[in-house]
Amino acid sequence: MRIPVGTAVAAGSIVALAIVPPITEALREPFYLGLCLRLMILAIAAISLNLILGFGNMVSFGHAAYMGIGAYVVGIGAFHAVEDGIDWLANGFLHVPLAIAASSLAALVIGAISIRTRGVYFIMITLAFGQMLYFVGVGLEVYGADDGLSLYMRSDFGDVLDINDNTRFYYLVLALLLATLYGTKRLVASRFGLVIRGARSNERRLAAIGIPVYRYKLVAFTVAGAICGVAGVLLANRTDFVSPDMMHWTRSGDLIIMVVLGGMGTLFGPLYGAAVLVLVEEFLSGVTEHWQIVFGPLLVLVAVYARGGIAGALRALERRRG
Amino acid sequence: MGEPILRLRGLTKRFGGLTATDSVTLDVVEGEVHAVIGPNGAGKTTLVGQISGEIRPDRGRILFAGQSITRGPVHARALLGIARSFQITSVFLDFTVAANVALAVQAHAGHSFRFWRDAASDDALIEPAAEYLGLVGLSDRTDDVAATLSHGERRQLEIAMALATAPRLLLLDEPTAGMGGDESARMIDLLRSFKGRFTILLVEHDMDAVFALADRITVLDSGRILVSGPPDDIRADPAVRQAYLGDGDT
Amino acid sequence: MDWILLLEQCLNGLQLGILLFLLAAGLTLVFGIMDLVNLAHGSLYMMGAYFATTFAGWTDSFLLGALLALPAALLLGILVEVVALRTLYSRDHLDQVLATFGLILFFNELARIVWGPAGLDLPLPAFLETSVELLPGVPYPAYRIAIIVVGLVVAGGLYALVSHTRVGMLIRAGASNREMAGALGVDIQLLYTLVFGLGTVLAALAGLMAAPILTVQTGMGETILILAFVVIVIGGIGSIRGAFVAAVLIGLIDTVGRAFLADLLRLFLANQTAETAGPAMSSMLIYILMAAILAIRPQGLFPPRGR
Repeated sequence: MRIPVGTAVAAGSIVALAIVPPITEALREPFYLGLCLRLMILAIAAISLNLILGFGNMVSFGHAAYMGIGAYVVGIGAFHAVEDGIDWLANGFLHVPLAIAASSLAALVIGAISIRTRGVYFIMITLAFGQMLYFVGVGLEVYGADDGLSLYMRSDFGDVLDINDNTRFYYLVLALLLATLYGTKRLVASRFGLVIRGARSNERRLAAIGIPVYRYKLVAFTVAGAICGVAGVLLANRTDFVSPDMMHWTRSGDLIIMVVLGGMGTLFGPLYGAAVLVLVEEFLSGVTEHWQIVFGPLLVLVAVYARGGIAGALRALERRRG
Repeated sequence: MGEPILRLRGLTKRFGGLTATDSVTLDVVEGEVHAVIGPNGAGKTTLVGQISGEIRPDRGRILFAGQSITRGPVHARALLGIARSFQITSVFLDFTVAANVALAVQAHAGHSFRFWRDAASDDALIEPAAEYLGLVGLSDRTDDVAATLSHGERRQLEIAMALATAPRLLLLDEPTAGMGGDESARMIDLLRSFKGRFTILLVEHDMDAVFALADRITVLDSGRILVSGPPDDIRADPAVRQAYLGDGDT
Repeated sequence: MDWILLLEQCLNGLQLGILLFLLAAGLTLVFGIMDLVNLAHGSLYMMGAYFATTFAGWTDSFLLGALLALPAALLLGILVEVVALRTLYSRDHLDQVLATFGLILFFNELARIVWGPAGLDLPLPAFLETSVELLPGVPYPAYRIAIIVVGLVVAGGLYALVSHTRVGMLIRAGASNREMAGALGVDIQLLYTLVFGLGTVLAALAGLMAAPILTVQTGMGETILILAFVVIVIGGIGSIRGAFVAAVLIGLIDTVGRAFLADLLRLFLANQTAETAGPAMSSMLIYILMAAILAIRPQGLFPPRGR
C-alpha cells in the first residue's frame, strides 16, 4: 500500500515533535525544546484561526487578542497570588476555564459586530478591535502597562501535572495540539462544519436554502477565540511573561501568515505554517539581525505565487506522483 | 384551482430614479405554474429578489401562506418554503454534488449546531440527497465535485437543492438561461414533470419554455404589470404583441 | 471645566483629524478605485517623515526638505506599485493583506538599516516655532495651525479633483469600474499608478507634517494606520467626504477623550479608580464609537453608491 505524501509528512511531523525532548536532552540544548514548545503553542493558535479564516473565509485580523486575553488571565492570577498571597488565583484548573470564558466572551462581542459586515470591512474592524484590546493592555498600569508582567509562578495544576518541568509541559502541549487537530477534523466534517465551509463557498446560496448564516459564523468565531485563549494560557506559562505586545496587530498578522503559508482550510497547514515561521525567524535572525528585510519580500512572493501554501504543495506533489 | 399561496400587494422598489417594480400586485395559486415574462430591465429579477428577501421593497406587502413576510430575512423565507434558483447558477462549487444537496436537506432538518458526527456518513442527510439527485437525473454524478459539472448539470443540481428544502413555492429565475437546445429541452421536461406537484413562479426569457409550462402568465414592462392571464389570452393580447412578442413573430 | 484647555484640545483634535484625513483619503481612494487593501500605507507615511528629515538635514531648511520629500515619495509610491502591488489588484483581499504586511516588515527594517534604530527629530524653522494668540491670553502653536490650514487646502483640492475632473469622474463612478474606464479610453494601468502615487504623496505629506511633533521612528506609521482604518470604516470605504467627516470626528473624540475622560470618570467613580480606568477607557473610546456606528450602519456613514 502506498501512503499519500500529505499523510506521510503529517505523521512524520507529529513523530518528530514527539521525540524532541529526549533529543534536546541528549544534546543538552534546552533552547530548542523551548523553541518547539513555542512552535506548538502558536500552531494551536493558528489552527483556531484557520477554523474561521481557512474554513469559513473570515479574515480575522485581531486573533492574537484572544491569545493575549488567555495570557493575561494567567498573568493577573499569578500576580495576585504572589503579591497578595491569594494562592488559589494561581490554580491552573481555574485559569483554563476562565481564559476560555474571557476569550470567548470577547470573541462573541467582537464577532457580533464584525460579522454583520463583510470583505474589507471585516478585516479592518477585527483589526481595530484587536488593537483596542492591545491598548487596554497598555492602559493597565497596575499590571505593568507597556512593560507587561513577569510570571513568578506558572499555572498550578497541583499533583496532576507539574508544568514547571519543561519536558512534562512539552508533552501536555503536544497532547493539546493533537486534541485540537482531532477536534478540528471532527468539527469541520460535522453538520456545523458543512455550514461553515458552505459560508466560505457561497454565502448567498446558504441563506437561500434556509440557513441563518450569521449565527453559525458567530459561533465558529467564538469557538476559535476560545481555543486561542487556551493557547494564550500556554504561551504565558511558556515565556513566564505577559505583555500587551502579545496582542499587537502584527502578532495577529503572524498568525495569518502561518495559516496562509501552511495552507488555508487544511488540517495540518497551520502546524506547518507555524513551524516554518518559527524556524525561519530563528534561522534568518541567526544570519542577520535585519532578517525582516528578507522575510518581508518573501511574504510578497508567497502572496503572489504560492496560494495553496505548504499543504497545497504537498497535494500537488501527490498528484504528480500519482 | 386552489388558494393563492403567494400574494404580492403593490410591491414597489426604486433604485435612484429608476422604478424597478411599480405597484406589482400578483397572486400565485397553489399548484400552478405562473410565469413572469418581460423584456430586459422589466424588473423581473428585482421582483424575485424581493420575494426571496434579498431586496427590501420600498412599498407594498408580500404574503406567503397567509403570513406577512415583507421584512423577513432570506433564510426565514426559505424555511417557510420558498426555494429559489438563481439566474446565474449558484451552488457550492467546491463541495461534492451529494454534499450540495445534503446541506440543503440539513437546512430543513433542525439546527446545525452538531459539532462531532461526520455529516458525510449521516444517513439522515445522504439518503434524501440521493433521492433528490435521482429526481433531477444526476445520480451518476453524486461523488463528483460540483465545479466539474457542466452548466446544464449545475442547473439540475440547483433544482435538486431546491427540492431538498421541501418547498411550497419554487422561485425559478430563468432556469434555462445560457443552456443549449438539448439541455434546455431536458430542463423543460423536468419542470413539466413537476406540474401539479409543486407551485412554481417562473421568471423566464425563453418563450418556448414559458408557453410549454405556464398555467398563467404575467407580463411585466418597465416595472409594471402589463397584463396577466392564461397563455392563450397573452398570446392574443394586442398590447403584449406590440410591446414584447414583436407583432407577427409568433 | 477648563474652557481654554477644551478649546486647545479641540484644535489638537482637529489637527490629528487632518493628519488622519490625509492618510485615510489615500487609503480610501486606492481601495475605492483599485479594490486594494494596502496595509503598507502607514509605511509610506513613515517614509515621508524620514525623507523630510533627511532632506531638511541636507538643505538645512525645513521647507525645502518637505518640498523634496513629496516628489521622492511619489517616486517611491510608483516604484512600490509597479514592483509589488500591480499583480495583486485582481486578487483576494487576503493576498493583498499578506503582501502589504510583508512590505511593512520590509520598510521598517529598511528604515532601521538606513536611519538607525534610534528615533530622529525634525526641528521646526524659527518662523513656525511661534505661537498665535487665539484669544487674548490664549496662545496656540503656529505650526499646528499651519497643519490644519495645509490639510484643509489639500482637502479642498481633493474635493475639486474628485468632483470636477475626468479622474474624479472615474473615482465617483465607484468601485474598480474597469469597463467604464476602458470605455472612456483611459489607460487603466497608468491611472492606477497615478492614483497610488497620489495616495503615497498624501500619506507622506501627513508623515512629514507630523514629524516635528512626534519622533521619527520605525513603526510610527502603524499606530496611525489603524486609526486611519477606523476612519474609513466609519466614513464608508471609497468615500472622500466620509473620510473627512470621520477623520475629524475621530481626531476630536480621541484627543478630547484622552484629555478629559479621567476627569469625567471622577464624577462617578472614586479618584483612584478613575485614575486607573481613565487611560484604558479613553483609548477604547473611538473603537466603541466605531462599533456603535457599525451596529447602526454596517456600510459606514457615507457608503458609496452601488456597493
